[in-house]
Amino acid sequence: MELTEQQIQRYSRQIILSEVGGKGQMKLTKAKVLLIGAGGLGSPAGLYLAAAGVGTIGLVDGDVVDLSNLQRQILHSTATVGLPKVESGRKTLSAINPEITIKTYHQNVDSDNILSLISQFDMVLDGSDNFATRFLVNDACFFAKKTLISASMFRFEGQLTTIKPHAGYPCYRCLYPEPPPAGLVPNCQEAGVLGALAGTMGILQASEAIKEILGIGETLADRLLIYDALEMKFRKVGRPKDPACRLCGPAPTITNLKSDYTVTCTI
Amino acid sequence: MIKVRIPTPLRPLTKGQGEVDAQAGTIVEMIDTLNASHPGIKDRLCDDTGELRRFVNIYVNEEDIRFLKGKETSLKDGDEVSIVPAIAGGTSCRT
Repeated sequence: MELTEQQIQRYSRQIILSEVGGKGQMKLTKAKVLLIGAGGLGSPAGLYLAAAGVGTIGLVDGDVVDLSNLQRQILHSTATVGLPKVESGRKTLSAINPEITIKTYHQNVDSDNILSLISQFDMVLDGSDNFATRFLVNDACFFAKKTLISASMFRFEGQLTTIKPHAGYPCYRCLYPEPPPAGLVPNCQEAGVLGALAGTMGILQASEAIKEILGIGETLADRLLIYDALEMKFRKVGRPKDPACRLCGPAPTITNLKSDYTVTCTI
Repeated sequence: MIKVRIPTPLRPLTKGQGEVDAQAGTIVEMIDTLNASHPGIKDRLCDDTGELRRFVNIYVNEEDIRFLKGKETSLKDGDEVSIVPAIAGGTSCRT
């Protein structure tokens, strides 16, 4: 398979980067990336991955577009309010790049469906809105040996990291062993989030995904990036492997997806 | 003096301040000092037994104290401490 004239023209601004080139573009064309959540993070991440020519993009989200989503979920528009987010997302991504394949799953991920979903992809981007899903996605990606780019946000603050324990790096549970109990932290409506922060974090997520696909630059797999929009500060902290990790440590106690991944609306 | 970076979820306890100064030789002392000037912060960082909660990480400069000496990790003048809780927001709220 080779790039067509039209593809060379479409992607010319990145093909001329020596780190990408025609070879890198082919890697992107062959890549299959699943976005968990077509919302605040999945929107900007999906737009840039589609524009960059990532060949197959999966969208999984059980919600429909609501007017209150549009402040940050830029895959959607006033005209698609009421549609499943994955359908609205498909329209937007196809309009930007009709050459790519978009697979949609109008459902929430759970411990029964996640492994078969992610088996069809090489990489997963987590933009989910609750801890239960984040721990489930982490655990499933660990078992399936899929690289996971995880971003999250709260009000004016975002976190980003790359998770690939199959390459010797720590997992999400090495960073946070357990989710907070429900009720200890403010719920979503109380919290709020700056729309442009979602954009920043989602685009950083896309950027790290593209780097992982191309195998270029420094991986974020042993660091956690923290962005404070109010102070306009980016900081990175170390993220070592936890030798006592219940999932990826030498004596794991989590060996399947049978744990309790109850969805709670907490941030 | 050490600088302590307060994450967004805890800023209501520090009157919105993103960074506060503290005089402390260890993380335990730092938490007590912070709690004296910003009551309630200890409860957010530690459970009933006084152990650090498992979804809140504390970093001295760039290192996670769980991989140093935990809450007994010593602090020196000029250190920067970051409190980094797990956050989960990404899309909309599922109710």
